[in-house]
Amino acid sequence: MSDIIAPTKPTAEQGASAASIALMDQLAGPAVRAESPLYNADLATKARQGAKTGGVTLQEHKLLGHLVIRGSQDNAAFLAGAQAVLGFDLPTQPLTSAESGALSVRWIAPDEWLLIAPGREAFDLENRLREAMSGHIAIVNVSGGQTVLELSGPDARAVLKKSTPYDVHDSNFPVGKVVTSVFAKSQAVIRRTGEQNWELVIRRSFADYLWLWLQDASAEYGLVVKD
Amino acid sequence: MLLIYCPHCGEHRDEEEFHSKGQAHIARPLDPDNCTDKEWGEYLFFRKNPRGLHHELWIHATGCRKFFNVTRDTVSYEIKEVYKIGERPSVVATAS
Amino acid sequence: MSQKNRLASGGRIDRSKVLTFSYNGRQYKGHLGDTIASALLANGVDIVGRSFKYSRPRGIVAAGAEEPNAVLQMGATEATQVPNVRATQQSLFDGLVCGATNGWPSAESDMMGIFGKIGGNMMPPGFYYKTFMYPKSMWETYEKFIRKAAGLGRAAKELDPDLYDSVNHHCDLMIVGSGPAGLAAALVAARSGARVILADEQSEFGGSLLDTRETLNGRPAAEWVATVVEELKSNPEVLLLPRSTVNGYHDHNFLTIHENRTDHIADKAPAGQTRHRMHRVRAEQVVLATGAHERPLVFGNNDVPGCMVASAVSTYINRYGVVPGNELVLMTTNDHAYQTALDWHDAGRKVVAIVDTRQNPKGDRIEAAKSRGLNIIAGSAVIEVQGSKRVRGVSIAPLNASGDGLSGSVERLSCDTVASSGGWSPVIHLSCHTGSRPEWRDDIIGFVPGKTVQKQHCAGGINGTYSLKAVLEEGARAGAKACEAAGFGDAAKGISLPLAEEVREGKAMALFHIPHTKPTSRAPKQFVDYQNDVTAAGIEVATREGFEAIEHVKRYTAMGFGTDQGKLGNINGMAITAKVVGKTIPEVGTTVFRPNYTPIAFGAIAGRNCKELFEPERYSAMHKWHVSNGALFEDVGQWKRPWYFPQAGESMQQALDRECKATRDSVGILDASTLGKIDIQGKDAREFLGRVYTNAWAKLAVGKCRYGLMCGEDGMVFDDGVTSCLAENHFLMTTTSGGAAAVLEWLEIYHQTEWPELEVYFSSVTDHWATMTISGPNSRKLLAELTDIDLDRDTFKFMDWRQGNVAGVPARVFRISFTGELSYEINVQANYGMHVWEKLFEHGAKYNLTPYGTETMHVLRAEKGFIIAGQDTDGSVTPIDLGMSWCVSNAKPFSYIGKRGMARADCIRTDRKQLVGLKTRDPKVVIPEGAQAVDNPKQPIPMTLLGHVTSSYYSANLGHSVALGMIRNGHNRMGETVYYPQADGSVIEAEICNPVFLDPKGERQNV
Repeated sequence: MSDIIAPTKPTAEQGASAASIALMDQLAGPAVRAESPLYNADLATKARQGAKTGGVTLQEHKLLGHLVIRGSQDNAAFLAGAQAVLGFDLPTQPLTSAESGALSVRWIAPDEWLLIAPGREAFDLENRLREAMSGHIAIVNVSGGQTVLELSGPDARAVLKKSTPYDVHDSNFPVGKVVTSVFAKSQAVIRRTGEQNWELVIRRSFADYLWLWLQDASAEYGLVVKD
Repeated sequence: MLLIYCPHCGEHRDEEEFHSKGQAHIARPLDPDNCTDKEWGEYLFFRKNPRGLHHELWIHATGCRKFFNVTRDTVSYEIKEVYKIGERPSVVATAS
Repeated sequence: MSQKNRLASGGRIDRSKVLTFSYNGRQYKGHLGDTIASALLANGVDIVGRSFKYSRPRGIVAAGAEEPNAVLQMGATEATQVPNVRATQQSLFDGLVCGATNGWPSAESDMMGIFGKIGGNMMPPGFYYKTFMYPKSMWETYEKFIRKAAGLGRAAKELDPDLYDSVNHHCDLMIVGSGPAGLAAALVAARSGARVILADEQSEFGGSLLDTRETLNGRPAAEWVATVVEELKSNPEVLLLPRSTVNGYHDHNFLTIHENRTDHIADKAPAGQTRHRMHRVRAEQVVLATGAHERPLVFGNNDVPGCMVASAVSTYINRYGVVPGNELVLMTTNDHAYQTALDWHDAGRKVVAIVDTRQNPKGDRIEAAKSRGLNIIAGSAVIEVQGSKRVRGVSIAPLNASGDGLSGSVERLSCDTVASSGGWSPVIHLSCHTGSRPEWRDDIIGFVPGKTVQKQHCAGGINGTYSLKAVLEEGARAGAKACEAAGFGDAAKGISLPLAEEVREGKAMALFHIPHTKPTSRAPKQFVDYQNDVTAAGIEVATREGFEAIEHVKRYTAMGFGTDQGKLGNINGMAITAKVVGKTIPEVGTTVFRPNYTPIAFGAIAGRNCKELFEPERYSAMHKWHVSNGALFEDVGQWKRPWYFPQAGESMQQALDRECKATRDSVGILDASTLGKIDIQGKDAREFLGRVYTNAWAKLAVGKCRYGLMCGEDGMVFDDGVTSCLAENHFLMTTTSGGAAAVLEWLEIYHQTEWPELEVYFSSVTDHWATMTISGPNSRKLLAELTDIDLDRDTFKFMDWRQGNVAGVPARVFRISFTGELSYEINVQANYGMHVWEKLFEHGAKYNLTPYGTETMHVLRAEKGFIIAGQDTDGSVTPIDLGMSWCVSNAKPFSYIGKRGMARADCIRTDRKQLVGLKTRDPKVVIPEGAQAVDNPKQPIPMTLLGHVTSSYYSANLGHSVALGMIRNGHNRMGETVYYPQADGSVIEAEICNPVFLDPKGERQNV
């Protein structure tokens, strides 16, 4: 048996074509129950029965489409493709984000972005992005693996200060900035979405831990859960 | 706890976001099969332990997940320079 | 008892608020604003403990963090017990309960004291080491008594009911200390617009200004303090932290602050409030304005209650309205301490004498004393104190000019208080934490911070600057310099400092140890370190025995080892060492300080990371089902994985037997979501796999799966898993549950640092996919009911994967097996994990679908001889050692990771420890994992060991135990017998066999 490696060396264009990648619409029909990472926290009931006022408000923006986009900033076709599909440029400035309508993109690394879109649009977006882009790129659907939490209110910043070593002061963390950092004993992609609004993208398997953590850290300010 | 500049994020971050991966600039031999045991052993196991300037490989593990190099004084813990993979350090120990 | 030492007016206490507290079981009264120490002194309590070694009665000596004696046990209930509370720093609250830490059975009358009195010379330094070391077996017995007698305090025996937390901060300027220097720096910094944190260990800001009678702008200094604090409070960029001790100064200007939030209110924090908070501060610039501690002088019986540090006496009078005695003798080497005599006199009590060690003191304060008619005895010293439970009098004698001998006859004075001052020691602890060596300055007779690489500025007492005017100026200057360095321009502009009085002072005398008529070894004990009972004579003994380096003296005598870390005594100890060995103090050097500055509660270190928040618990999408169905869980990394699912009344073994049999007989189901999953895309993905796995990947077709082994460069296995070819440039790699993060980092380090030219991207999709494995002869039937995928055995073969719908959910199904049975691993987006899992159970009931956990998984795979990386491997095992040469391809053109390592001479030895199966002679006996094999169990100890058992279970399917283990040269010893001697003396006999115990031809998975 010969094990000589002769990897097929497709051209850059072929490399990004759909045939070389296993594309998959992973969404089931609406009849199938989808459980977001914080499903078991039953935030809906907590929103109904819990406190209506408090210094911190927490909401899960669940079941959104999360796509990891990888590509080189030196690849013009990649950047142009993203622009064509999204309607705006990928933020190439480190630690920035861009959004338009229901689409938002976070800079994660020089060759990595996180696109969040309505859940039902993720597969279509992936297809269109792949078609529009060429060269060495990757798009990975991670919608089931993470969720978005929004932390808001006058004491949201105080909760962040208990949770992350990153400097969340106005002078260092303007609206629109995005950082990936330590969050409690896990990690989060933290984006400031408003004066008192912060978005956390967290991993599914840590969601229940972080829900416990956030309840605890917010307790002294009063936590309002929003459905 | 160190404060480390990530050359990819363009910011100083707390040490807890990083992992240290040991000495920098240890290139994998291009032809391992023709290395002598001694050469291979040195590649695998032998590391510097200098008092003073040391070039280290770090990863921004909970940040951008990129590796980069740090030149650090092992006595004072000062970070003298941070540079990307593939770049050469400009701060180096003077030959003694 | 009345507060007999309380003045009718004055001080910063609120006499209208009377607080009742209990000390050693007796009730006392104090006022709001008191510390325990000031309240005890107001009540005339002289003794606050017994000393560590000699058990001598001890009283309050100081008024701050440097207090060595008044270290109490506090707490009204068992759960709220706190050891080592410094009475001088603990604010009084109503209902406070405290007691002396040491003194057995009580501080006032103490059994050990008798031993101490007669045993003075029986307990030289090193006494404990020398006496209690032998016989070694007795140490535990000795230790109990030593600890009890030594009074180290005790921790609560019940769960701490309080909350603790920590908060991260970033600032431009961190200012430590809120005395005149710190406040001036803060004022400058705050006006510059910088982000400022000002922390002070005391309950109020102001530092020395709170107990001085000096004025600023002609008004009491405290008024200026109040104005400044008001301004700082109104600035949103300034964080004020009173009752907050900066305990650690770490690399790159990282500081830890321990804030005491409720200890001044009550025994237990009010509901919902944190008792302590740890502030973790990253500061651009640091200003240390930590001030200085006054040194007591070292003289005979200087530990008798009533002997105090001079400035502490002033603090008690001016801040707390407490005069801690009636008749004062002050001994000083400097002008500053005269203030204590002035304060005492002005409070209406008698100053017996000011004994000045200098021959001809001159200065403003001396004039002030003279003008009050105080008795100044120049060129003399207090050589000895009379009294045991309280000072009754002193012996004084004229000193020679250099202070190292007496030059006249001894005179006795009657008094009840002796205040002494040997000058001031800058509080340099924090600057030492980052490795900076202190420097000695003769002009101020003290150590100041040395060179540092930190962005650090010092101001005031820490620099040996003591005049109020100079301290304010230095503070403002340090604040301005720090602001400028932090990018806040010319901050000092427009700041006008308050006008301080100028006080002319004469030169201080460098004197630490007062001579006696007798040689030090024969003189009454002259204490250097009160808390550890280190005397001048003890230091002489240490140096005589050859311990001359200061670090050796410290360890031999235990000087500076107490909870006070030698804040009062260390400099005196160094000076005495220097004198004995004939060197200067800078030549002897100093010991350096480490964090923490003062003791800190463990709760504050733990913060919120306790109980359910101690460690993240990672859950799969089906976790709730497992809980509802009675699973017991096993920790795999941070994951909680079902271990097994016992039914009512089942033992663990019964549950495992049932789960194992159900799987082999019909169908079982495992939640495999925790397996690491890495999505790999790019045209060089295949090439990359070939470089990181030991086997070949070039020909793996789309739709196929392959098992791979990953080695380190040393050739040792570190992870394994199945990787599937999803499309030509698209692979899904799986890793062990615990190895997921490490494998991803491993791939990245090679990609980013060695082979950046390979076009490939890696992304973790572990959390994205819920993975469930159905395994057993009926798994196909079950799956067929729920899927549109063609499950025909000849089209969807073993090691194939297919895409389709399962229970209405798009899925990838992998026909791979870790049990040796027909198995399907179903992957769906995790949001649907529970739905699919429940549907499988709806349809699975008729097949007796049985959930199983990690333990059954382990048994089933062990029956098949499948390894678990990390259990059957330990970083010293090659694929060849595992008998897995089929998984190694040396024909690959690229020298894959591990290839060269495996070719080392030691790795190709044929007599290495190798993985084999082990069948016990008695089929019911399960060899304990970790047991070591020997050839002859009767050989003398230490026996020659052949290798250990890595996996061992009872197999219900086979009716006998199965084990895997390492045996030296094991692959060549099939059929031979080895022995496993047990701790109880028994020996388990086992036969070396093929590790595949069940279905060696692998037919079951191909059905």
